[in-house]
Amino acid sequence: MAREFGEVILDLQNISLRFGGVKALTDISFNVREHEIRSIIGPNGAGKSSMLNVMNGVYHPQEGKIMFRGEQRQKMEPHMAASQGIARTFQNIALFKGMSVLDNIMTGRILKMKCNLFHHALYWGPAQREEIEHRKKVEEVIDFLEIQSIRKTPVGRLPYGLQKRVELGRALAAEPTLLLLDEPMAGMNVEEKQDMCRFILDVNDQFGTTIVLIEHDMGVVMDISDRVVVLDYGKKIGDGEPDEVKNNPDVIAAYLGTSH
Amino acid sequence: MSDSHGQTAGGGALDTFPRLLMQHARVRPGRPAMREKAYGIWQTYTWAQVAENVRAIACGLAQLGFRRGDRLAIIGDNRPRLYWSVAACQCLGGIPVMLYQDAVAEEMAYVLQDAEIRFAVVEDQEQVDKMLEILPQVPLLEHVVYDDPRGMRHYTDTLLMGLDELQAMGRIHDQNQGDFLDSEIDKGASDDISIMLYTSGTTGKPKGVCQTHGAFIAAATGGMQFDKLTDQEDILSYLPMAWVGDHLFSFAQAMVAGFTINCPESGETVMTDLREIGPTYYFAPPRVFENLLTTVMIRMEDGGWFKRKIFAHFMEVARRCGAEILDGKPVSSGDRLAYWLGNLLVYGPLKNVLGMSRIRVAYTAGAAIGPDLFRFYRSIGINLKQLYGQTETCAYVCLQPDGEIKLDSVGKPAPFVEVKLADNGEILVKGPMLLKAYYKRPDATAESINADGYFMTGDAGFFDEDGHLKIIDRAKDVGKLNNGAMFAPNYIENKLKFFQHVKEAVVFGAKRDFVTAFINIDLEAVGNWAERKGMSYAGYTDLAQQAAVYELIRECIEKVNADLANDPMMSGSQVHRFLILHKELDADDGELTRTRKVRRNFISDKYSVLVEALFAGKTIEHIETEVKYEDGRVGRVSADLRIEDTRTFAPQGAVKAA
Repeated sequence: MAREFGEVILDLQNISLRFGGVKALTDISFNVREHEIRSIIGPNGAGKSSMLNVMNGVYHPQEGKIMFRGEQRQKMEPHMAASQGIARTFQNIALFKGMSVLDNIMTGRILKMKCNLFHHALYWGPAQREEIEHRKKVEEVIDFLEIQSIRKTPVGRLPYGLQKRVELGRALAAEPTLLLLDEPMAGMNVEEKQDMCRFILDVNDQFGTTIVLIEHDMGVVMDISDRVVVLDYGKKIGDGEPDEVKNNPDVIAAYLGTSH
Repeated sequence: MSDSHGQTAGGGALDTFPRLLMQHARVRPGRPAMREKAYGIWQTYTWAQVAENVRAIACGLAQLGFRRGDRLAIIGDNRPRLYWSVAACQCLGGIPVMLYQDAVAEEMAYVLQDAEIRFAVVEDQEQVDKMLEILPQVPLLEHVVYDDPRGMRHYTDTLLMGLDELQAMGRIHDQNQGDFLDSEIDKGASDDISIMLYTSGTTGKPKGVCQTHGAFIAAATGGMQFDKLTDQEDILSYLPMAWVGDHLFSFAQAMVAGFTINCPESGETVMTDLREIGPTYYFAPPRVFENLLTTVMIRMEDGGWFKRKIFAHFMEVARRCGAEILDGKPVSSGDRLAYWLGNLLVYGPLKNVLGMSRIRVAYTAGAAIGPDLFRFYRSIGINLKQLYGQTETCAYVCLQPDGEIKLDSVGKPAPFVEVKLADNGEILVKGPMLLKAYYKRPDATAESINADGYFMTGDAGFFDEDGHLKIIDRAKDVGKLNNGAMFAPNYIENKLKFFQHVKEAVVFGAKRDFVTAFINIDLEAVGNWAERKGMSYAGYTDLAQQAAVYELIRECIEKVNADLANDPMMSGSQVHRFLILHKELDADDGELTRTRKVRRNFISDKYSVLVEALFAGKTIEHIETEVKYEDGRVGRVSADLRIEDTRTFAPQGAVKAA
């Protein structure tokens, strides 16, 4: 099946990021095309998560240009990224542990809610209609991720693999066009990984969502990615289709291990 | 209930399921026929809507070239649209063939070949993939219709079609030729085959059991009269559609009585859905009741001491008088008061949590139910009864009448059914609910129905003094120990399985000097127990081999031994030695049937090393086994299994005699 991609929607040009004297990212350029699954790999501390944080506006690089949908991005806050259709999940699960799965996913809809606090507090008129509409969207996400049976379960009581899935659900509830996933499969068993892969591919396929993914499981990355960018010590050492990257000697040396 | 069987005031005989369906659409068009939970909300379909949808599917199938007598394979979870497909197929005079949805592709290939399937209606992508996988083996397959379009966007095979498109096509067909379907329904006869259900294959290859409209309607009608069921019942349809029990309760009886069936949201949500629906009529195999009880017990053990005290106290009250109150037997007013209080504090809330508050009649069948388990449900006021039947008899031979419940019998012969015993104790039955034939297997048909028209069930049993039938075991499984004592493996296994820590048990003893057992621990229950004791373990295999777990299981077995010692017939069958298996018995590995019954011979062959070690008196044995994962990959599990002895007891009868 030939996959088709659209225009470049996110173009990162010569990005450098420093924390005081520590160089997290040095002169990194790569782009993300619409509808593709783009993976970022690299050893621990290579700057992968920093890269993701640059993409959704948490970190502001000291140098370089970010073009999003053809416009140069100005200094901005993460919620602005969210309202532009960028959603993300976190390496360490960042859900509200005491709240139910349903409520957690509902929080993904907050930016789409228009009624004011007053209406919501009274749960009356437009607020009620709005909530029903959002609940419908949330139920679609629940159905999509096959988590109906834990709908009302507090997130803290769920196993890790399911919590990861709920976090993906919250990101999906925002109906993103660009989805950033930070190690969605870390700490999962084989079966959970398979499920997660299927969901990521389904999201990409059914909603046409562009996905940027950080992952350590090479099997997974090589299987599902369209293109892979490799970082090491904050520098880009490889970029291309999985097969290219796999055979790149620099990448093999830095990440996949050299033969001694 | 005057029109419950056969004729209506209108005149037309209601002797096929399509006629019954159209009748309901006329008589009670607005009553809910089916509910399905989708997107978190129960969606209702009335009888009129069901009839309209069935028409559309039927006409769509006809348009695709489905002809009278064709077989339609139906594979999937309990979805309304799959039940509609059954009815649609019957409207056209076709034969629905039900397949277990969790069967692997090769198992399905066998059935599709055997039944010469050209058309299949399947639930989703998972099932479509299986169909495409086995396509080379089933060249006859022409059309695969899928219910759920999710993930199907990129499938281009020309034999695939969405059920929505099929219905749309059918609706146009129905508009153009409005009388086509009615005339097809008119052609149907009571003696036509209405359904093919495959036997689970405990012995050899599965056989297709052909049942007629008349047989299932008779079984459904008899059951309704027996329990005074009306069109107001609610039932949860969650057991495999390919199982005869589901077909009787969720299809045949719903069609005859006109009550409502409810399809759960998914396999994992059944408990929640059960609570939300609160069925009035409920059917579950013993395993489900067992799991429910295990869950309750685990949660009770985690409760505070006060709650545990109250629970223990009132369960004692219930044990003393609950079942008697349910049966309407005389009970002292003190006990009645205590039970009333218990109902307020424990049984009522418990039934509510289980989703069983509204139950008028609940049935269990498929395997023997532990007497203690059975008594537990009856004692908290749930009218749980047993029935007895096979796929070949529409799951309808014996039923327990209200108020005459015996823990160890399966009740009296049901209306229209005649039961007698052969000389070797085998149960023989005759009645309108008998199978017409095994599909393309005249030899098997002739083998199972004797010259006088009795079906030979293969079960051994006897009638007690009140005319209740008691089942001991499969006739061929009942064996003898070397000393001549009777050995009924199922009987012992069921006693062992009642303990919450024991998930599965397989006992050996035929033509041996004593009885030994394989045990599967219940990972949830034992895991919970280990957690409370602060034991650490790495998965099933590790937990199963811990000394403390062996100690725990030995206590269970010794309780069973003490119990067996009380029974003069069974005292020789006490379990002398046992081991805990290193892996859970699994249908994917062929160790259980799809209805989760143990295949004892298969297991004893596969683990012959272990069986020999048990009888040879070894204390440890190495074993390596292949396991199949759900995705078809194969892995290996190996372990050194401990084998331990258990205490046995002097037979009570002998003590008295001495």
